Amino acid sequence: MANQTNTGNPHVDLAYRRKKNAEEMKHQVISFVLMIALTLIAFFAVGYNEFSHWFSVPFILLLAIVQVAFQLYYFMHMSHKGHELPSLFIYGGVLVAFVTVWAFMTVVWW
Amino acid sequence: MSTVARKKSLIWDYLTTVDHKKIAILYLIAGGFFFLVGGLEALFIRIQLAKPNNDFLVGGLYNQVLTMHGTTMIFLAAMPLVFAMMNAVVPIQIGARDVAFPFLNALGFWLFFFGGVFLNCSWFLGGAPDAGWTSYASLSLESPGHGIDFYVLGLQISGFGTLIGGINFLVTIINMRAPGMTYMRMPMFTWATFVTSALILFAFPPLTVGLIFMMMDRLFGGNFYHPAAGGNTIIWEHLFWIFGHPEVYILVLPAFGIFSEIFATFSRKRLFGYSSMVFATVLIGFLGFMVWAHHMFTVGMGPIANAIFAVATMAIAVPTGIKIFNWLFTMWGGNIRFTTPMMYAVAFIPSFVMGGVTGVMNAAAAADYQYHDSYFVVAHFHYVIVGGVVFALLAGAHYWWPKMFGKMLNETLGKITFWLFFIGFHLTFFIQHFLGLMGMPRRVFTYLPGQGFETGNMISTVGAFFMAAATIVLLINVIVTSVKGQKAEADAWGDGRTLEWAVASPPPEYNFAQTPLVRGLDAYWIEKMEGKKGLTPAEPLGDIHMPNSSILPFVISLGLFIAAFGFMYRTEASWGLAVGIIGLLITLGSMFLRSVIDDHGFHIHKEEVLEAEKGVKA
Ligand code: HEM
Ligand SMILES: [Cu+2]
Repeated sequence: MANQTNTGNPHVDLAYRRKKNAEEMKHQVISFVLMIALTLIAFFAVGYNEFSHWFSVPFILLLAIVQVAFQLYYFMHMSHKGHELPSLFIYGGVLVAFVTVWAFMTVVWW
Repeated sequence: MSTVARKKSLIWDYLTTVDHKKIAILYLIAGGFFFLVGGLEALFIRIQLAKPNNDFLVGGLYNQVLTMHGTTMIFLAAMPLVFAMMNAVVPIQIGARDVAFPFLNALGFWLFFFGGVFLNCSWFLGGAPDAGWTSYASLSLESPGHGIDFYVLGLQISGFGTLIGGINFLVTIINMRAPGMTYMRMPMFTWATFVTSALILFAFPPLTVGLIFMMMDRLFGGNFYHPAAGGNTIIWEHLFWIFGHPEVYILVLPAFGIFSEIFATFSRKRLFGYSSMVFATVLIGFLGFMVWAHHMFTVGMGPIANAIFAVATMAIAVPTGIKIFNWLFTMWGGNIRFTTPMMYAVAFIPSFVMGGVTGVMNAAAAADYQYHDSYFVVAHFHYVIVGGVVFALLAGAHYWWPKMFGKMLNETLGKITFWLFFIGFHLTFFIQHFLGLMGMPRRVFTYLPGQGFETGNMISTVGAFFMAAATIVLLINVIVTSVKGQKAEADAWGDGRTLEWAVASPPPEYNFAQTPLVRGLDAYWIEKMEGKKGLTPAEPLGDIHMPNSSILPFVISLGLFIAAFGFMYRTEASWGLAVGIIGLLITLGSMFLRSVIDDHGFHIHKEEVLEAEKGVKA
């Protein structure tokens, strides 16, 4: 959405878009490599016997959160302009879900 | 395609329509019908309670009527009537030609409709649900027969419809606003719709989850809520109220929006404190998710949880108070006209404030141990729900009737309706506060003589008949108006401020021949003050692209309706499973058709638009 804004001058536009896209590509590749690395670490955390479950379960959850952030911001372009409302709603949903789970953990089960 | 060639039979037209204005009428008719059904059930309840030891409606049957009254009123009357107003007005208020997803809009309606019909089929198939509209699992899992199954499946289907409708309005308001219609220039009703839709988006999934668990437990041998099998019935209560409390705001925020429009129009003044109104609406929506457990103070969550939820609940009174004062200040110094909608609006303020005050009383957790499950609570929620939501729906119906149908409702009959309803409402529910404090329990079908409940209950029943009379006058008004009503102008009340009053009554299929340019809050009022007749266009006149109508939304919903019957009788009838699968195939098949058939819509050509506009102006 955001990279369709143009100045009216096709040459400036093209040069600018080229540079911008190359940069984007670099970010995507880096985050792709990072995500594969995170996945491997997750497998390792399960496979390695020295870690207790009390460490590996929260650890994998943490990795998952990082991965979701990568996914949203680098692959789905949430960092771009024009995505303020979707982020507002996503965080709103996360908040509601969090409060719900939190309440269940505190007043229903324990 | 010419207008003549597109003429279809009226019924087929409405079965296949994707036009937001016709869908509004469908919601109005269906919601109005269920409102009558729910009202009749209320009347039966009140007749039974009119005198001690009455035997008009006893035991299990009373429970069914009570449950269906609450469920029908909330899910099948108030919700769709709110959607009727939103569909009729919001796209026009933001200067759009339709909602973002017209097909989904129709699907939302038909899902609600078939869900509602399914729920009411229970009356003829062995008995209605009988565990209250809250259907607490500890009761409902024990309920024999299929009543609760009707509740679970019916609400599941109509809940999908509501969710779809909510998402549709979110996308519409975010993406379809006319040039210049910034967020802070949106009319208050549009803002209310926006926040309400966000609440629907977040509140209905917990209900869906709760209903799926209950469906598993009742129909497929699950045990989410069975304590004996390791489940927990309290989970239902939390899931239900995580939905249920936002639900009351889903109903009342549009009511606030309707009244904001009415106060500004008939005080001939800009809404006082517009930005604080927006802020208060958003804040109420947000806080609405933090308070659900105030319905569960007596469950035994412990003093800390009770205290937190009590304080959070009381906090909501602050933004609500802001709104009340803004409405008063809007009227202050205004040039007030007491039309029928304005009378509802003025009556709403003291009525709703009373409901709010008893709400804060209920929020005091320690005191709630006394109020809980007594008639005090019944009085409280009817003050907010009737004094707020139903007043607003009646006011909105009178206010926008000329816009929707092109004819003014009769004002004299409208005022008679108002007075009968207003008096009846306070007669019915005011006394119930005291009945509750004296110890009369809620959801109990009779009481004994000599407990001091006789007079209060008799007064309450008399009041209910006043409201029934009001409804009959309203129906007469509708019929008289349709037969020989006075034709409405575009600016039907003469004081319209927002864009819907700039287009013809009823508006043409495409709403705006040219998308308008919005130059401020109360866009139409600004143009009028500058002596202009119409709106400033934001585009040249051209062909208008329109979506094709389709029968698929109806068929998709019908499929789920059939499937629900099949799965409900799965274990006791040989045809059950087969019918269930056939129903699902109908639904999935028509969804598949929708995906593969390319539907490009059609164009209304420039010449036809010119022709139509000439007819209006003349
Ligand atoms: C306008 C006339 C109405 C009358 C005379 C009326 C009367 C009643 C009565 C007598 C009860 C039973 C209270 C009890 O024993 O617990 C009741 C319950 C209820 N009413 Fe109404 N009502 C009216 C309108 C409405 C409306 C418009 C709504 C919602 C939009 C509504 C929602 C409910 C709910 C949710 C319950 C609780 C049902 C339950 O306990 O499961 N009522 N009403
Ligand atoms: Cu609540």
